[in-house]
Amino acid sequence: MSLSLDVRRLSRPGVLESLSRARARVVTRTRVIGALSVGLGVVMVLPFGLGTKAGEMALLGLAGTTTAVHVPDMPVPVRPVCLALGAVCILTGLALMPRPLSRKAGNRVLGGVLVLFVFCLISWAAAGSHMDLVGLGNDTLVRSIPLILGALAGILYERSGVINIAIEGQLLVGAFAGAIIGSAIGDLWLGLVGAAVSGALLGLLLGYFCLRYLVDQVIMGVVLDVFALGITNYLYDRLLVPYQNSLNSPSVFPNIAVPGLSSIPIIGPIFFDANILLYLCYILLIVVHVALFHTRWGLRVRAVGEHPLAADTVGIKVIATRYGNIILGGLIAGLGGAYFTIGSVGAFGKDISSGDGFIALAAVIFGGWRPAGALLAALLFGFADALQNILGILGAPIPSEFLLMAPYLATILAVAGLVGKVRPPGADGKPYVKS
Amino acid sequence: MRLELRGITKRFGSLVANDHIDLTIEPGEIHALLGENGAGKTTLMNVLYGLTQPDEGQIVVDGEPVRFRTPGHAIRAGIGMVHQHFMLIPVFTVAENVMLGVERTKRLGFLDRRRARRDVQELSKRYGLAVDPDAVVEDLPVGVQQRVEIIKALLRQANVLILDEPTAVLTPQEIEDLFGVMRSLRDSGRSIVFITHKLKEVKAVADRITVIRRGRVVTTTTPAATEAELASLMVGRPVMLRVDKGPSRPGAPVLEVRDLRVLDDRGQTVVDGVTFGVRAGEIVAVAGVQGNGQTELTEAIMGLRPVAGGSIRVNGREMVGRSPREVLMAGVGYVPEDRQHDGLIVDFSVADNLILDMYHRPPFASGPSLRPRVVQESARQRSEEFDVRLTSIDDPASALSGGNQQKLVLARELSRPIQLFVAAQPTRGVDVGSTEFLHRRIVQQRDSGVAVLIVSSELDEVISLADRIAVMYRGRITGIVPPDTPREQIGLLMAGAGATGDGAVPPGRRPAASEGSVAVGEAEPTRRPR
Repeated sequence: MSLSLDVRRLSRPGVLESLSRARARVVTRTRVIGALSVGLGVVMVLPFGLGTKAGEMALLGLAGTTTAVHVPDMPVPVRPVCLALGAVCILTGLALMPRPLSRKAGNRVLGGVLVLFVFCLISWAAAGSHMDLVGLGNDTLVRSIPLILGALAGILYERSGVINIAIEGQLLVGAFAGAIIGSAIGDLWLGLVGAAVSGALLGLLLGYFCLRYLVDQVIMGVVLDVFALGITNYLYDRLLVPYQNSLNSPSVFPNIAVPGLSSIPIIGPIFFDANILLYLCYILLIVVHVALFHTRWGLRVRAVGEHPLAADTVGIKVIATRYGNIILGGLIAGLGGAYFTIGSVGAFGKDISSGDGFIALAAVIFGGWRPAGALLAALLFGFADALQNILGILGAPIPSEFLLMAPYLATILAVAGLVGKVRPPGADGKPYVKS
Repeated sequence: MRLELRGITKRFGSLVANDHIDLTIEPGEIHALLGENGAGKTTLMNVLYGLTQPDEGQIVVDGEPVRFRTPGHAIRAGIGMVHQHFMLIPVFTVAENVMLGVERTKRLGFLDRRRARRDVQELSKRYGLAVDPDAVVEDLPVGVQQRVEIIKALLRQANVLILDEPTAVLTPQEIEDLFGVMRSLRDSGRSIVFITHKLKEVKAVADRITVIRRGRVVTTTTPAATEAELASLMVGRPVMLRVDKGPSRPGAPVLEVRDLRVLDDRGQTVVDGVTFGVRAGEIVAVAGVQGNGQTELTEAIMGLRPVAGGSIRVNGREMVGRSPREVLMAGVGYVPEDRQHDGLIVDFSVADNLILDMYHRPPFASGPSLRPRVVQESARQRSEEFDVRLTSIDDPASALSGGNQQKLVLARELSRPIQLFVAAQPTRGVDVGSTEFLHRRIVQQRDSGVAVLIVSSELDEVISLADRIAVMYRGRITGIVPPDTPREQIGLLMAGAGATGDGAVPPGRRPAASEGSVAVGEAEPTRRPR
């Protein structure tokens, strides 16, 4: 058992960097951000600005579908806007390099530059035609649903010290169970419950092997992903294809426009006009955050994930706590899986989650094991996905694969230290054995 | 609360860790449990705290027999424990750590952080345990973390407080502070079980002393007993408390370290401009509280850790940037701090462990293959020479006791021709008998003209072995002094007094602890940004 505390490590706070080194890091960080700004600015000026015919306009739609108040489209003169914003980015980048910025200020600048870049990208792609910006926003949120729920599941697992690579598998069985139950029984709510339960069951399998028999959690997670893929493929071929009409044609949750909120211009159609799963995301994000950081339950869960032996010595049941989180997280991941079938297209298809579980895992890490961070990461991934989709429709001269790569590139940059140091729970992935 | 242990027996396989132990803790006493490492003290306390179940025997609280199946039961019965390795969550605040398990909550299980903070403040005021409830534990020095552990136990209404080797990680001044707290707790009617193997401390603070040897209670006595008496009770035979060594005859400088700077795994400077030298035929001991850069210093010398600046010369040859093997082959012998992890491959046989750094050379290798017969023969000779008690040289090293494992490491390192011998914590977790032997061999090396560098956090060991003492604090050497320097002065150096630049603690800020008073000034991180 290697749970004994290294006292030396404790007496040396990681937060207190030696000043010269911290300064060096700030300097490099600022340089990287500056260089990035210049690079993006150049792209905005050259291909976006100068690559567009002078005088061409892009119409960016802000109306949405359900707004009571009509918001007119925003016309954007592509060339001048791209040139101007590109110049701003280049100048910002150049101005930035010589003087180091604090982490926070650096992140703000980076965020601002990225927003400008994305705006130019959209304008450029929509040059000479119309793009529904509100639709893009709504699509981003909806596509983020499985990522958000998957990431919340991952957070619950890892905060209690269990690494969950099986999120992908949980999404997949959730999607499958949602479709088959929703279709066979014809009750979408039962389908949703079934999806959640199937996710929890897969999680219990992980718990049984990893907590009881101490199988390596990462390996077991991968095994479960393969297992989930295999069994859903098999059942799809054997059951869903032959009995397509009775077993694989569920209806889908209707969109619910929240009365009042949905009629706020721009915001309403983006945030408050979707099906129940998105609202579930809102609720769960808040609940998980509050529960983890402001309740007795959360304090104990985090203690178990950081230093299980210490938790045990004050009378907290380590294994039971981990099982509890495995079940809770499994339920949430299963709900995320339901999005793919009864939350969007209805019928199940082979490998319908197509790797979203792994992106959710990335969101957990990217988001620093916090719900709010994971939400931001999930939205980033969801946005890239939605943008790629809409650019494909517009026929933008940019391979969609590039955009699909963007979130992963962002993850690599983030993990490489651009966003900042994130620290996993102390006992993440380590089994707890009582001596 | 009167606590009684009756006939406690605990076996681990064939090993009897506790053999019918009887022990009574009276209310309002400091009861020292004195014994060597491996005598069964910690096992006994784990039984008492519900962490393990005894095979036989009974725990009696105020005349009532009780059973503690989990620590929760023990806590409820009024027993608190401060573990040798602190049971604190590094990323939690002091208040969060203290309330964990007995959380103050509002409705719906929401944490009442304000009340938790007030609880900590009250206890810290009442018993002179200065600590900031909002500080994050990992930023606190070890001495303060220990206070957090004590507050944790007090909040749970502990009437009997078990302190397991509480002084191992403290400076002499912090130890005095801790004794002050212990006395004030005793005077408030609580009892304290003080587990240790350090005779001086027992004599300083205990009211009664129970000596344990090989799982059995030898006797219960009072601090009136002399150190020599206590030592022989603890070991079972008369013990030499002083290392027998003549004056040193230093020769030419062998190890020269100049302006050495080393970073730890997190990129912080942990060895900060260290300059010192070791000459042939002398023992230089590096003293200091654990975690002040000593480990990184030895690792840098051995080429196990990259050097950020400065130079290390052995016999005039620059060693910075060389591989550990090159350093070893330059005539350096090395006993690492953690023998089970770095000193031995515990699953390998004794014989194989003895050739770990020589296996590729004759006589053990001929071309690409090993010569088992030579390996075996030399293993037999060396384990005899170094008094390694074993049943077979083919047994895995894990089968040996700590003391014998350490002799094994020493046997390997000293059977090569060496000019410099570096030993980190050479007797940690080693019984007194083996310690005597190890010390004797180290002194022998010195007398045969080897330069010896010892790193030890045991001040007694440093003082008895060293010809010169270098004291380290926060990565710097705060002083190089002769071994007859008064302990108090070495203690001050260990706490940073005399250091150049920041990190110096003026002596006036650490008042000697009187009853219930504690130095307040050091509730700040051990490592401030430089």
